[in-house]
Amino acid sequence: MVQKFDKPILTPSQTAGPYVHIGLAPEACGIEDVPFETLGREIAGPEAKGDRIKITCRVVDGGDLPLRDCLVETWQADAAGIYPGQEGADPAVSGFGRMPADFTTGEITFETIKPGAIALSGDRKTPPHISFWIFARGINHGLHTRMYFPEDDLSGDPLLARIEHRDRIATMVAEATGPGEYRFEIRLQGAGETVFFDI
Amino acid sequence: MTGRLIPREAGIHPPLFTPTYKTSVLRSPERALIAFDSSPSEETGPTFGHVKLGALDNDLLLNYARPGTSAIGERIIVHGRLLDENNRPIPNALIEIWQANAGGRYRHKKDGYLAALDPDFGGCGRTITGADGSYAFRTVKPGAYPWPNGPNEWRPAHIHFSIFGHSFGQRLISQMYFEGDPLIARCPIAQTIPDKAALDRLVAALDMSETKPMDAIAYRFDIVLRGHRQTHFENRPEGM
Repeated sequence: MVQKFDKPILTPSQTAGPYVHIGLAPEACGIEDVPFETLGREIAGPEAKGDRIKITCRVVDGGDLPLRDCLVETWQADAAGIYPGQEGADPAVSGFGRMPADFTTGEITFETIKPGAIALSGDRKTPPHISFWIFARGINHGLHTRMYFPEDDLSGDPLLARIEHRDRIATMVAEATGPGEYRFEIRLQGAGETVFFDI
Repeated sequence: MTGRLIPREAGIHPPLFTPTYKTSVLRSPERALIAFDSSPSEETGPTFGHVKLGALDNDLLLNYARPGTSAIGERIIVHGRLLDENNRPIPNALIEIWQANAGGRYRHKKDGYLAALDPDFGGCGRTITGADGSYAFRTVKPGAYPWPNGPNEWRPAHIHFSIFGHSFGQRLISQMYFEGDPLIARCPIAQTIPDKAALDRLVAALDMSETKPMDAIAYRFDIVLRGHRQTHFENRPEGM
């Protein structure tokens, strides 16, 4: 016999279902007068340092249809690459976004500032990126990916260096559509499937 | 708490592709998820202080009710603790909840179920965990309802939970079921979890010790999020 190794075991995930808006984005589903402050509306306040950018994205299923009922959450660093809560972070950056897709088009649009490169251990850095967490009916646990920027050199990223199929890295890079404007398509399945992380 | 996240244990969460839950068929990645060690992007996360909460945010009996009334249904208290895999409480963490009313109908423009809407029930609330990771809210027990996954499928009574830990990589959305519900064993969503013991951890136990006599029945639901690996001898900075 060995010593007993008692350790709490993770609570399993379940889908957020079709009515997730009731809990997390009530105004999107016609609930009025909820005395809640909606979370994740402002990622970077007007005082935030850095270049302001606008991102439009869509999450697309294996049948090429946009997910019109999904929500995405984003998390990012400030313009110096420092996350909220870390020492020296820009107080005008909340870093957190929560956006429901448009019920008709499936489009998700948000404004923020471009984050800086993130320091890793040693003097290594990982290029600027925004973390995404996607949840919806039919998704049994939230899908985690990142959006990188097309103007940045990704070749030195020690995390991306772990991805054996190099051509898949492009699935995490947004397309520039205008000055400070980007488009990011997240494909859940099939050709061009976005890289999702187990991280 | 910082430090690398403990890698996810295989087999706890449901697989992404679960054909008996039909919507997952086109919404599940086909390629393997890419694993690597967490970085600051996952080891940090948003925090939500008490300032954002209103007095009735954790009271679904009252937070949408007209003055002098309360939501219709079986009055319940749900309480428990939020812990990590190292058995540490997670304080100051945001828990958001949403659910159908006692008749099984959601207050959502896309829900057209026959059951009546309750004018005094909104179906959403939130709370923040205390210093010991504890949380509690009041609500009505949600009703079961049919859904169009198959010709005759019913969701067991359930409450949706959205939970933030202290880092983005701990993020969890799940559902809480109720002890003794015969629909759990028939539900394709509950049954996406392959491990029976893992599914049992989503079933809240009746807790008579916290029941308020002549008022509300209590259920206990503890939640465990991913832990961080302890950094070098956190409790013993002098080293081994």
